[in-house]
Amino acid sequence: MERMMNGNKLKDLKTVRNIMFYGGIGLLAAITLAALIIIIGYILANGLSHINLEFLTQEPRRMGKEGGIFSVVIGTLMVTGVGILIATPIGIAAAIYFTEYASNGKGVIIIRFFTEILAGIPSIIFGLFGFAFFVIFLGMGWSVISGGLTLALMVLPTLIRATEESLKTVPMAYREGSLSLGATKWQTIVKVIIPCCKPGILTGLILGIGRAIGETAAVMLTVGGSLRIPTSLFDSTRTMSVHLYILAAEGLSQEKTYATAALLIIIVLLINTAANLISSRLGGNDES
Amino acid sequence: MKTYEKIIEKIILISAAVSTISVALITVFIFQSGLPVLAEYGICEFIFGTTWSPTNGSYGILPLITGTLSITLGALAIGIPTGIACAIFLSEVLPKKAAKAFKSAIELLAGIPSVVYGFFGLVVIVPAIRSYVLPIYQIFDPEVSATGFSILAGSIILAIMILPTIVSISENSISAVPREFKEASLALGANKGETIVRVLIPAAKSGILSSIILGMGRAIGETMAVILITGNMAKVPGSIMDPVATLTGTIAMEMGYASPTHQQALFAVGIILFLIIMLLNMIAQFSMRGLGGKAS
Repeated sequence: MERMMNGNKLKDLKTVRNIMFYGGIGLLAAITLAALIIIIGYILANGLSHINLEFLTQEPRRMGKEGGIFSVVIGTLMVTGVGILIATPIGIAAAIYFTEYASNGKGVIIIRFFTEILAGIPSIIFGLFGFAFFVIFLGMGWSVISGGLTLALMVLPTLIRATEESLKTVPMAYREGSLSLGATKWQTIVKVIIPCCKPGILTGLILGIGRAIGETAAVMLTVGGSLRIPTSLFDSTRTMSVHLYILAAEGLSQEKTYATAALLIIIVLLINTAANLISSRLGGNDES
Repeated sequence: MKTYEKIIEKIILISAAVSTISVALITVFIFQSGLPVLAEYGICEFIFGTTWSPTNGSYGILPLITGTLSITLGALAIGIPTGIACAIFLSEVLPKKAAKAFKSAIELLAGIPSVVYGFFGLVVIVPAIRSYVLPIYQIFDPEVSATGFSILAGSIILAIMILPTIVSISENSISAVPREFKEASLALGANKGETIVRVLIPAAKSGILSSIILGMGRAIGETMAVILITGNMAKVPGSIMDPVATLTGTIAMEMGYASPTHQQALFAVGIILFLIIMLLNMIAQFSMRGLGGKAS
């Protein structure tokens, strides 16, 4: 009798523990989800109403206190564009090297190791490097090109990883088929393999663009903060994230700050949706 | 035709080497620009000096190191349990479809730019601490700094920012535990909760550890979020309500107007930061590789 009671008690204790365990996990997961929703919701709720045609098409006046962010949008597009244009061919070529050319030698392990290391370097270090190397050493000054080159290095690991993942999913038989028809290795890569993994590459590209647009510290130290529309690659300019930082840090205008933050959030949402759509619709299985 | 292909192969090899070359260049240029100050000022005085006052020529970065460490530890204290809970929730509790949705929510969290996190902290977390947490804290310590710009604010925001790193890598390694482990444990009469705590988590230990180390690296390296909410006061903190300056924040804030020597000192701060991050990343990579996990 007593033993049965003990058994029951033990069982109860186990159930209580189980409930507490699952309750705790569920609660923490819910808090995480809530944090995401609150952050995005709060910024959109406060900023959306201040985004209008005028905000998007007028140039900033009085240091961004009034007017819009037209020149900042142009600056963002230029810096991001330069960065992506430089990084894309290099990233794709590097991924092709890893999957198609490299045997698993020591050299490859080292290159791969440093690619991972590059991905872990914080943006402020990239900023310092860009400042010392591109701005000062190569004499490019605070400019679109200095920022673009720095960003290119920063998004390179993202691009390499995404491309590599999708190159790996191309079946070996495709390569063998192409080679047995007399195509050379390079022809096989260009005509068979790359067309197969366009969605993967595109996803990587979009994620890279997202990272480049959101980047602040590195850009601040290499592009400067000029509010004029850049007329050449060697002009200083300002990107949206830098603009947001300056507005927030100096408390210039609540309204414009919220609007800029909301615009950044919208871009991030669009980019994420696009990346998800491409990878799910075109059948690239990026379950990484 | 043959030579054409050979040239292409070379170009591709060079492209693959770009990341390695960049890491080398980054190392060389950061060290080259920062070492003179380190040599002149003395490494010990630089690291253990307690006053950071560049205008007076004193470059002691102990306040910055303690600042960075305190918010990093705070972020880990919040982020580790939350992150692991989310990972378990994803891999063991949620049905597949819901797990996929939850995963994309976590990815979204990773996509939000750090300056937006900083701005959110500035307009929501800092005022919230000022009006809800401080009054309680003041009962015990009336002298406490009352601005809300604090270690606590920085820790909360950083915790959210490192969650994606911790969740995704931990989840991968929990999912990678062989099914037999789980089945054996359940067959022995353990319930699901016990199986998770006693079998799955120990088996996924190395992956979880790597995720924590990478998260830590991210927290230490984070700049723009921290700069807006920690108050940027280069003083060794005494409580979690104190404002602090971090290694990263100081570089970003002062680089714009620094005199040449000051600039070199900021590069020297960069060297210290670089070394810390490199060490953490290498540990994470080796622990993932050595224990059979996937590095990517």
